[in-house]
Amino acid sequence: MGYTLDFSVVWHAMPALLWGCVGTLGLALAGMTLAMTIGVAGVAARDSKAAWLRAIVIGFVEIVRNTPFLVQIFFLFFALPLIGLKLNPTATAIIALGVNGGAYAIEIIRGGVQSIHKGQVEAGYALGLHKGQVFRFIVLKPALRAIYPSLTGQFIMLTLTSSICSAVSAYELTSVAQRIESDTFRSFEVYFFVTFLYLAISWLLMLGFAVVSHRVFSYPTR
Amino acid sequence: MTPHFGLPEFGFLLRGLQWTMLLTVVAFVGGCTAGLAVALLRTCGHKGVEWITRIYIGIFQGTPLLLQLFVVYYGLALTGLKLDAFVAVAIGFTVNASAFLGEIWRGAIQAVPRGQTEAAMALGLHYSSRMRDIVLPQAIRISLPATIGYLVQLIKGTSLAAIVGFIELARAGQIVSNQTFQPLLVFGVVGAMYFILCWPLSWWGSRMEARLALAGQR
Repeated sequence: MGYTLDFSVVWHAMPALLWGCVGTLGLALAGMTLAMTIGVAGVAARDSKAAWLRAIVIGFVEIVRNTPFLVQIFFLFFALPLIGLKLNPTATAIIALGVNGGAYAIEIIRGGVQSIHKGQVEAGYALGLHKGQVFRFIVLKPALRAIYPSLTGQFIMLTLTSSICSAVSAYELTSVAQRIESDTFRSFEVYFFVTFLYLAISWLLMLGFAVVSHRVFSYPTR
Repeated sequence: MTPHFGLPEFGFLLRGLQWTMLLTVVAFVGGCTAGLAVALLRTCGHKGVEWITRIYIGIFQGTPLLLQLFVVYYGLALTGLKLDAFVAVAIGFTVNASAFLGEIWRGAIQAVPRGQTEAAMALGLHYSSRMRDIVLPQAIRISLPATIGYLVQLIKGTSLAAIVGFIELARAGQIVSNQTFQPLLVFGVVGAMYFILCWPLSWWGSRMEARLALAGQR
């Protein structure tokens, strides 16, 4: 075979690829924000007194966790316009990531809330804190500390999952790579390099999260 | 005239489902074999080898599965081997599975109490016998929930083969959707098929996890 690898195409496309990285991070960040919102609302609904509400949340979590993201994003891509949301591919991708991540966030946040001992909440009320204060200081902050590792892991997962959003041509790294590939036909070189860009992104995120965790959550608990 | 979603279309999806299942089985069996090797190398005690396997696992955990598939798919094409699309994606998923299962089993092997290994050494058992008869049977039990969890991930992950053009369930769904212009119905059915495949496994896995947690309390 006379094929020689030529990575110069990657070098020429560098600015576009770096903007793709920005797109990917923006997509993941927006998706995660939506996911957290769904997560908190979902946890409240999951433990509500209304049985139908609990059933909806459980059903939502099971359906999202047991179907592929690709099928979810295709479904939303066609379903959202029907309910009057005519969005561009990137906005659709954010909603898909938010819905997908939301299901996992519900489980993670719920685990965190359950890690708070009931006696602590009772002690809070005994000290005269009202409901909002108990939630904020006694449930939320320690729970956040407990779920921080899984939540940040989830964010990195979401960042990697966002590559699938290229299937609806949302603006992110993989779709930028696909465009460069179709311009240059250097499939292997482009995807090989982009894979390493993703690796760099996830390693930097991991490093950043570790630093934050060290700063914010390293207070003694007992 | 565009065809409506009927029995022939449903049959086409079912054939896609068969390919999804076959792809999963091949990747899982291959991934188990290679993953065992990765797990054993990762815990072999030799610093250099452990370090290399650690990086190997880190690369697969830190990059998107879709890109891994692209690299393997186009990389294999460069070698000049005329591989069937099925073989190419199967290799991609197998390599990915080897890293993830390797990491799961690494954790399980290390979760087996150290005293078990020491006792086996005191009895004069060799490495192979120590692993085969003492450590691995216990490690497999510990790792089962996570292994099943990965199997569910794998089933869902095979949908990405659709993007490189292999016709499994998700790609079959795209084709039928384009033919019938009934995307919601088609992707609803496709999603339901994945759900029927994954949900019992998820349920089994979480039940086993709960049981193991109870056993651990005693």
